[in-house]
Amino acid sequence: MSDTRVTGAPGVIRFTNVSKEYPRTGTALAGVTLGVAKGEFVFLTGPSGSGKSTMLKLIYMEERPSRGEVKVSGVSSSTLRARDIARLRRKLGIVFQDFRLLEDRTAEQNVSFALEVTGGSRQGMGARVSRALAQVGLASKATSFPRELSGGEQQRVAIARALVNDPFVLIADEPTGNLDDRATRGIFQLLRDINAAGTAVVMATHDLELIRRHDFRTIELNRGQLVFDSTADSAPPVTGEFT
Amino acid sequence: MRLAVREAFLAFQRAPLLSVLSVMTIGFSLFAFGLFGLVALNIRDAVRQVEEQVEVRAFVIAGTPVEVAATAIGDVSAFPEVARVEYITQEQALAHARHQLPEFRDVFDPDVLPASIDVRLKEGHRDPTTVKAVAERLRTYAFVDDVRYGEDWVEKVYRLRNIATIAGVALGLSFAAVAVIIIGATIRMTVLARTREIAIMRMVGATDWFIRSPFLIEGFAKGILGGAMALGLTWTAYRVFSDNVIQAQFFEPRLAVLGVLAGAVIGIAGSAISVGRHLRGV
Repeated sequence: MSDTRVTGAPGVIRFTNVSKEYPRTGTALAGVTLGVAKGEFVFLTGPSGSGKSTMLKLIYMEERPSRGEVKVSGVSSSTLRARDIARLRRKLGIVFQDFRLLEDRTAEQNVSFALEVTGGSRQGMGARVSRALAQVGLASKATSFPRELSGGEQQRVAIARALVNDPFVLIADEPTGNLDDRATRGIFQLLRDINAAGTAVVMATHDLELIRRHDFRTIELNRGQLVFDSTADSAPPVTGEFT
Repeated sequence: MRLAVREAFLAFQRAPLLSVLSVMTIGFSLFAFGLFGLVALNIRDAVRQVEEQVEVRAFVIAGTPVEVAATAIGDVSAFPEVARVEYITQEQALAHARHQLPEFRDVFDPDVLPASIDVRLKEGHRDPTTVKAVAERLRTYAFVDDVRYGEDWVEKVYRLRNIATIAGVALGLSFAAVAVIIIGATIRMTVLARTREIAIMRMVGATDWFIRSPFLIEGFAKGILGGAMALGLTWTAYRVFSDNVIQAQFFEPRLAVLGVLAGAVIGIAGSAISVGRHLRGV
């Protein structure tokens, strides 16, 4: 695995002394410097309000840093134009805790939506959608609507939608937050499989048990500060309880 | 583009009630505007008809040779503001008076009324200043005894026309502004109803232009439908009024088509503003 401790590391995601401040709530991120390499699996953890979601938003350029620079696949926050954001997001897969599916469309329509709205060619679209649904184990539920699926299955549809554009990194913001233990294990195994196939995964989670059980790089934030990075520090990973 | 059209029509299908309501809102807003336009059109026509009656009449001294009057008529016809000049003989003046005024029914002597030169002015030259200037020029002819043009009446007609124009423009702009605001709010509702869809589009990398396009098509379609509905309602109101109250005039076909297209433009503009504000806000 590549070394991502220093700012000069050739990561696909690179934060260089990044701070983010909001006018109403103050500092969300303070002077964070780190990198994520190609094909890496990273847990991003920390208590509520520690800056995890802000960090993810900075990766998919929903937010821009107040200071410093975020660089994702060569796209820099310092020189970002509106059309760069759309282009960048086509190379990212994004998954949220609340699935964010369109309730009036079937599983396959939700997945093909991601191809259609990014101007993808209709030729071969059906095959790509079927492949993505098969990859998440939902080939048989292609024509089901979200309300007909369990929480775990809905999250799988969301992951299939994130995968259908062949992203180089999958960003998952508390993807198991709404799921029971069994569904959580299933989704996490799916993310591991995706990572094993070469896609980097950045997963924000509160689930310390999940982090402890797996030997992946762990980045911990607290009050916007980077307090622990398992690839950089020799100290053991987080052991406490987040509130 | 095909996807944008499909998404626009799917939006109609997915929220039929909201779509019908927004078309009706656009329709009734434009109907109110159309009714006002119809009233303004008929007032303008009525004022124009009254204005056409504006006439300068120069009474000719009895015994003036016809050749002298004819030369003067040639001169007056050449005035740039003059539309038509007519020489009315004493016999014609009496015949006209006998036809219009009962007190002349028993009068048979043409010498009772003088001959006259009647001057009609071109449209756009019927304001009090121009009418007075023409009257003054006619007065300079030695054979002209007196010149009349209903000074007070011309002033009143001119003032009425100005008031009608100012009120028309002000009310027209107000109605149009209200229509745009109502239509914009209606389309904003459809945008808000699809907040989730827009958020997902952005998340997966759709461009803002791509996100906008189904809304613009939807706004265009709703504008056309609302405009057609408004045209139908205005036509019905016109027929009812014209058949039962007073004969009125309807818009020329070209103007009616323009009205429907205005609905489409308002629909597109309302959509563009609403979705643009939404995209800037998320």
